[in-house]
Amino acid sequence: MALYLSKSGKLLPHFKQKICSLGMISLSSIASCFSQNPPLSPEHGKTPYAAPSLFASRRFGSVKAENLASINNTADSQALNFPGGMVKFTPELKFISDLPEERINCYRVLDESGHLLTSDFVEIDKDIAVKMYKEMVMLQTVDTIFYEAQRQGRISFYVTAAGEEAINIASAAALSMDDFVFPQYREAGVLLWRGFGLQDLANQCFGNVGDNCKGRQMPAHYGSKKHNYFTVASTVATQIPHAVGAAYSLKMEGRDACTITYFGDGGTSTGDFHAAMNFAAVLEAPVILFCRNNGWAISTPVSDQFRSDGIVVRGQAYGIRSIRVDGNDALAVFSAVHMARKMAISESRPVLIEALTYRAGHHSTSDDSSKYRPIEEIEWWRAVQDPVARFRKWLEIQGWWSCESDTELRDRARQEVLDAIQVAEKMEKPDLGEIFRDVYDFPPSNLSDQEKSLRQTVQRHQRDYTHFQL
Amino acid sequence: MAASFGVSSAAAANAVKSPALSPPSLPVIRSEARPISCRVNKSRKAGKITTKAVAAQAENPASAASKPGHEVLLFEALREGLEEEMERDPRVCIFGEDVGHYGGSYKVSKGLADKYGDLRVLDTPIAENSFTGMAVGAAMTGLRPVVEGMNMGFLLLAFNQISDNCGMLHYTSGGQFTIPTVIRGPGGVGRQLGAEHSQRLESYFQSIPGIQMVACSTPYNAKGLMKAAIRSENPVVLFEHVLLYNLKERIPDEEYVVSLEEAEMVRPGEHVTILTYSRMRYHVMQAAKTLVNKGYDPEVIDIRSLKPFDLYTIGNSIKKTHKVLIVEECMRTGGIGASLTAAINENFNDYLDAPIVCLSSQDVPTPYAGTLEEWTVVQPGQIVTAVEQLCR
Repeated sequence: MALYLSKSGKLLPHFKQKICSLGMISLSSIASCFSQNPPLSPEHGKTPYAAPSLFASRRFGSVKAENLASINNTADSQALNFPGGMVKFTPELKFISDLPEERINCYRVLDESGHLLTSDFVEIDKDIAVKMYKEMVMLQTVDTIFYEAQRQGRISFYVTAAGEEAINIASAAALSMDDFVFPQYREAGVLLWRGFGLQDLANQCFGNVGDNCKGRQMPAHYGSKKHNYFTVASTVATQIPHAVGAAYSLKMEGRDACTITYFGDGGTSTGDFHAAMNFAAVLEAPVILFCRNNGWAISTPVSDQFRSDGIVVRGQAYGIRSIRVDGNDALAVFSAVHMARKMAISESRPVLIEALTYRAGHHSTSDDSSKYRPIEEIEWWRAVQDPVARFRKWLEIQGWWSCESDTELRDRARQEVLDAIQVAEKMEKPDLGEIFRDVYDFPPSNLSDQEKSLRQTVQRHQRDYTHFQL
Repeated sequence: MAASFGVSSAAAANAVKSPALSPPSLPVIRSEARPISCRVNKSRKAGKITTKAVAAQAENPASAASKPGHEVLLFEALREGLEEEMERDPRVCIFGEDVGHYGGSYKVSKGLADKYGDLRVLDTPIAENSFTGMAVGAAMTGLRPVVEGMNMGFLLLAFNQISDNCGMLHYTSGGQFTIPTVIRGPGGVGRQLGAEHSQRLESYFQSIPGIQMVACSTPYNAKGLMKAAIRSENPVVLFEHVLLYNLKERIPDEEYVVSLEEAEMVRPGEHVTILTYSRMRYHVMQAAKTLVNKGYDPEVIDIRSLKPFDLYTIGNSIKKTHKVLIVEECMRTGGIGASLTAAINENFNDYLDAPIVCLSSQDVPTPYAGTLEEWTVVQPGQIVTAVEQLCR
């Protein structure tokens, strides 16, 4: 009990419930109980990072017992210091509406033709902007060609980030190299931005000796300690608690860095998402939780995934600051991540970003999305809301880019990617020993025995294993 | 080291005062001049605490001071191990439910939050999969988390993170990221705790590649295994037993670790090799007394390392006795005994004079009623009968 009492004072300003009219409500008209309440926070519509801080930062510390009587000695008996804080009473039997009157607005800087809609964004200089564009094009090129390679049977599997190039590159550009990235699997662009080479990407997809994962993971499951990009695991949303744990470790060290984790709309249904959000808030961990709400979880549309107003509204449910941005707008994504990073580090708090976008490609090479969604819809998003085109238009308006540069860039990118694939394809696969290495730091006897046994088998049946590397 | 059952739990636990609190960064000043190698707080020994909960001969201070080492209960030994490692390495931290100011449900982390702060001894919300995931993330970025499952059974919720991430990420990242976590907690059949709180998770976890599993059974090996597990670069699951926390033993004052991969020879013998671990060790030793009286000479080995098995020690024993009895608390199907039987058959078939006998619990959820519960756990009488039949 003492724990809650001492923290109640700081939680008090947190509850800005609107007390509706105190007039009598006839209990027989049940419908009137379900009025459409505006959302708890009056800030929706304004740029959230300008909103006043709702709570003072709380430090971890030993709990002091306080005098129950003095806390509850309010002359008005209209509030009570419950565990968790002071709550005002209302005489109205009224339920909070399931959905807000209006959906949370979406922050956008550029319109589809590349024109600025606002001056409220973080400026980017020419070098960064051009680099961003080039990387977005490179990502598109990599995706296209690797996808084709899978269709040709050269690699077994691939996931594209089609339609989410702005999310990938702009968010990466707004971070520093010291920030830890915990990706899901549609964030290869973040790795590209950080300097992971085309050859490295190709090597991983082919699982050859050059692969820094040593042939142990599926294509597109990249990981690079050097680039602070944590290896992709196929399990959904397991990276979110990892990111919170890593943020915890940064907090312990007091480092000027944060963690960022990416996940999709589908991933927010998992238990790990819920608990990680909760932990991040309780721990006050410097983590950016970036949701790529692209409308689809394989064939499950968001209407079957959740009934809330997207993901952004969940932020407040956990006590986390949040924002909704146009995921196809590179400047908006950049600004949001830039500000979120500042908040996360300087205030040691988590921030939730929901980027609304569209999965312009299939879920993966194992999927044909035309089976469950109209092709016209896919085509519309690809054409009209293409994040790369929009950013290019803005660059052209700035005078920082031209059509000729574009053709040249794309041709060169295409050639580089093709070359990387050709080289990767020809490289050998890792040797047999890699099956047994790195399961532990040093192989225990049972694994050594198993390796010996396998080598003997391969030796004995060499004809059956001619295409394998010993 | 002979260990004895401490009967009273509450009295002993409450009587233990936490060691003299000192800020972690300052050297600990002791009243007596002691060599640096003696890491354990001497203030605990100087008569401040009542370690004797059982009515046994009272140790007068004079004779106590002359015997080497100090007496602890098993949960205190675990705490000592934890504390020493936290003192030694600032990266070691603890995650779990109620581990902070509450000190843990079995008091293993008592006093540590006061000493090291709320952040390093972290109370987590109720989400095992997620705080285990947090530990994975923290471990990948340089910390050395010790995750406590309030009861081992709850860690079933963490299976995804333990198997798919903890066990795998070192491998799938090509060795780039290490996950030096320790996952620990009490498991096994207790006293009428109900089926959900009587789980033997070693059965389920044993297949997971990339993790190591050890089971402690005495205060001595509990402390040693805790320290070794924390220092290991691999994820280690440390199985404790609910009923063994109040075991009392005299353990060395000097710092020590025990090997994670070695079995422990409890009682050398000639006639039969009895392999066991955790609480069943005590049922076996009780049976051993009866067996000795009947003229048998059993060799008792506490296998301790559940993954990988210490086939060296086990093999040497089998080569001597040619008969094997496995006594475990796991269910018959898919338990540690099942795997051990297979491993021994494969490796030491030539040395066996008789088929391996494995005594395990039945494939049933653990019932609540005392008598029913007792019948699901292997009792000393069964062990005696099994040995007699084996040695016929």
